Amino acid sequence: MYVVIAGAGKVGWNLARELIEKDHEVTLIESDRRRFLVVEQELEHAVQYGDSTELWVLERAGIARADMAIAVTGDDEDNIMICQLAKEKYLCERIIARVNNPRNLQHFKLLGIQPAVSATDLILRLIEHEVPKYGMVHLLDLAEDHLEIIELEVGVEAPAAGQSVRDISLPKGALIISVLRSDGGFVPTPETVVEAGDEVLVVLDPGLESDITATFLGNGSVGA
Amino acid sequence: MLILIVGSGRVGSAVAKSALASGHEVSVLDEDPLSHERLDKDQHDSWEDAGGQFTLGTALEIDALLEAGIERADVFIAATDGDNTNLVIAQVARKRFEVDRVIVRVLDPARAQWYAEQGLATICPTQHAIEMFERALGADGVDGGA
Repeated sequence: MYVVIAGAGKVGWNLARELIEKDHEVTLIESDRRRFLVVEQELEHAVQYGDSTELWVLERAGIARADMAIAVTGDDEDNIMICQLAKEKYLCERIIARVNNPRNLQHFKLLGIQPAVSATDLILRLIEHEVPKYGMVHLLDLAEDHLEIIELEVGVEAPAAGQSVRDISLPKGALIISVLRSDGGFVPTPETVVEAGDEVLVVLDPGLESDITATFLGNGSVGA
Repeated sequence: MLILIVGSGRVGSAVAKSALASGHEVSVLDEDPLSHERLDKDQHDSWEDAGGQFTLGTALEIDALLEAGIERADVFIAATDGDNTNLVIAQVARKRFEVDRVIVRVLDPARAQWYAEQGLATICPTQHAIEMFERALGADGVDGGA
């Protein structure tokens, strides 16, 4: 596969190195002269000096025969332009763009620049995975004792909303220990009705988080 | 008619002032507060007193474009100092906000030509300069000289 990569920053340089190791043909383009000279010492002819948003620079790099164009410069508008030119002018079949500012992701989508990869978004998604729901806060982790306490805000469409504690089905190993309402917190009885907007504290065995969040957050769930 | 001009440099500010003087509603967006001074320069009234609008913000920020009135704009002029910024926001103005007339300044003749072929109204000062130089040389008989 022949890959043209625009931008020899940390991402671009390492990407080029990995692809070359996997026996792909790579041309990396860097517009900063000093950075180019540093990278050239290692990559030699696989790196070219120039502004990748200029047509002749892309053409010199062989964009017309590239199987893939990857734009990973530090400028979102440059990455959009490079991918747009690669795709629409040079009919490159596959493009990948880096999004530096996640707020610019909408511009990439609007102009059909997909996939657009944002490091911020990736880390956010990892956070969602680690903490399955935004509505859940870990208050206490007793790893050695195999217990944790979490706090959740009951969603409007949650299965638990409007149910008495007795009727809320919780997995074995989980217990509602407190309900916090505008007028203060209290320890619920089996008759206490949990309402949407309540905050509940639940003590549970680690690993039950997803069952608990499904019960209390409902379809406001973020999912993997 | 509302004219939204992004980029208040030499070109953007001059176009803004003449458009306002011709009785249009004009809104200018620029990320540099100093650029506002260009709008006031050599005018009797300040830009705002004369009826102009100025918004501080970057061109790619949707909030800034909204504040500058892009939803009501009849004409959108992209005149920042970055070709790529201009080409991206011009397309955003056209595709997302469906502005009737979008005019974009592109310094690089090659990009200007390709995007013009894609239907964007591009103005390329570099191309004009090239043609004027060529004409000047031709007029002096340089091209036919011995």
